[in-house]
Amino acid sequence: MGSLQLTSIRKAFGDHEVLKGIDLDVKDGEFVIFVGPSGCGKSTLLRVIAGLEDASSGSIRIDGKEVATVPPAKRGIAMVFQSYALYPHLTVKDNMGLGLKQAGTPKAEIEERVTKASSMLSLEPYLARRPAELSGGQRQRVAIGRAIVREPSLFLFDEPLSNLDAALRVQTRLEIARLHRRLKATMIYVTHDQVEAMTLADKIVVLSAGKVEQIGSPMELYNRPANTFVAGFIGSPQMNFIPAERLGEGGIKTIGIRPEHIALSREAGEWKGKVVHAEHLGADTILYLETETAGLITVRLFGEHRYGADDIVYATPDKALMHRFDANDQAVR
Amino acid sequence: MATARTSYLRTGLIHLALISYTLIALFPVFLTLVNSFKTRNAIFREPMAIPTPSTFSLVGYETVLKQGDFIGYFQNSLIVTVVSIALVLLFGAMAAFALSEYRFRGNLLMGLYLALGIMIPIRLGTVAILQGMVAAGLVNTLTALVLVYTAQGLPLAIFILSEFMRTVSDDLKNAGRIDGLSEYAIFFRLVLPLVRPAMATVAVFTMIPIWNDLWFPLILVPGEATKTVTLGAQMFIGQFVTNWNAVLSALSLAILPVLVLYVIFSRQLIRGITSGAVK
Repeated sequence: MGSLQLTSIRKAFGDHEVLKGIDLDVKDGEFVIFVGPSGCGKSTLLRVIAGLEDASSGSIRIDGKEVATVPPAKRGIAMVFQSYALYPHLTVKDNMGLGLKQAGTPKAEIEERVTKASSMLSLEPYLARRPAELSGGQRQRVAIGRAIVREPSLFLFDEPLSNLDAALRVQTRLEIARLHRRLKATMIYVTHDQVEAMTLADKIVVLSAGKVEQIGSPMELYNRPANTFVAGFIGSPQMNFIPAERLGEGGIKTIGIRPEHIALSREAGEWKGKVVHAEHLGADTILYLETETAGLITVRLFGEHRYGADDIVYATPDKALMHRFDANDQAVR
Repeated sequence: MATARTSYLRTGLIHLALISYTLIALFPVFLTLVNSFKTRNAIFREPMAIPTPSTFSLVGYETVLKQGDFIGYFQNSLIVTVVSIALVLLFGAMAAFALSEYRFRGNLLMGLYLALGIMIPIRLGTVAILQGMVAAGLVNTLTALVLVYTAQGLPLAIFILSEFMRTVSDDLKNAGRIDGLSEYAIFFRLVLPLVRPAMATVAVFTMIPIWNDLWFPLILVPGEATKTVTLGAQMFIGQFVTNWNAVLSALSLAILPVLVLYVIFSRQLIRGITSGAVK
């Protein structure tokens, strides 16, 4: 159990409208990620779902029930916060059990659920410790454990990996993905990191300035972005945007081509250019070219290549993988 | 460290400044203490001298303990101070929590209104307060003092505490809400422990003016049963003759309880900095 329907959710702080009519349908067991630049309203939307903020208008239904007037504790949700938000005066075990204790769950059942969750997250050795005695990664696992023991319809994650270092982030990401497969629970996850979004989500919701730009699976967003914002936001390095008139195409404004969809040659090709800078990453080589036709473009080659600054090269875009956008920045198919 | 040698002069000057400030601050206390153990003649002949066997005398303390009910005065002062601090901390923290946590119309104005008392001395309202107390029948009761001191301490307490409460992580409070804690539980069990250092600061700032106050006890509670220590010490100061032995002894004794309270709060100040909830 765990579906969610949002219908024209609006939220304003004073005159400032943060959410401008959000519609969303999340099915049972889906992993949905809200992604967008800072200030796009994704965290506010999550708080509205959690009941920590009231929506100015619109309806929220969890498992088909309208929850606008239901307090957060009774919505059947659990939330994991960026800053862990563990209770400093309680042990790991009490941190995980507090929500159930408040709800009046029998002691034996609390014990059982905490044991189960802590074995799932390998937290058994730390149950008697306080949060101050744990490392960052352990604290975040406790926070996740606190969410699991509540057995909610809906898991909400608010940038849970942002405070962890790079190695731990990958590891915890994996752990969350495994958890989702194992619990088959509905999860809603907020992040500004597109890698997290692409790797974890069944469905990504791209938000910008309080509006949904596009909803789709990671590959849909990568292959068929609905507009220039999504095209630019998903994929790294960023898609190249070239004014259509420079390439002699009429009727559209911009042409987009991903750096990995451009072939490079020293002898011949469509766009002649000079290498401005080369980044050798081992698995990838990223080149910045100043071309005569297309202007400054980024090219991503797989593997090692011996291009260096000031080399003259020819770039050839893969015509079939070009994206075309009209004057309103919407994709033309 | 290589740089340590070059900063000897700097460190020395800083220490010199701090030591001289300490001396200046402690000198009146020292003078009071020393002279409280001397005979009357010795006080006037050589006020700076340390008591010697020939000038040592406990006559001041004897007078204080014999005349008037000094134990009772101490009790009054302690009751008034402790109750006032407790009320200031409780109400101040609650108001500060409301101001920092909830968005409501007039939040900013309310905050300014509550802070107004920092700028306007409460003594300007003495006449009105006295009339009010007379009308309420509270003259010569400790309740009158507690009420006045609570009002006097609240503005600064709210000002300091609301700044501190803004620093308590929103996530922590929200986690509490999701776990089903009431707003009171969030306030008492999550927020208050985290702002304990600020509470100790406020307690110290509130305590000292209350303990030392002469004005309100003199006006509101001059009766024998409700006299405070500072007021009690006044009876040895006459228009023509002042019993300096007794005055100095009373003041020396009055330092003790406030010192004890200060030590308690300053320990809290240091111990309060526990965390680990939030990165």
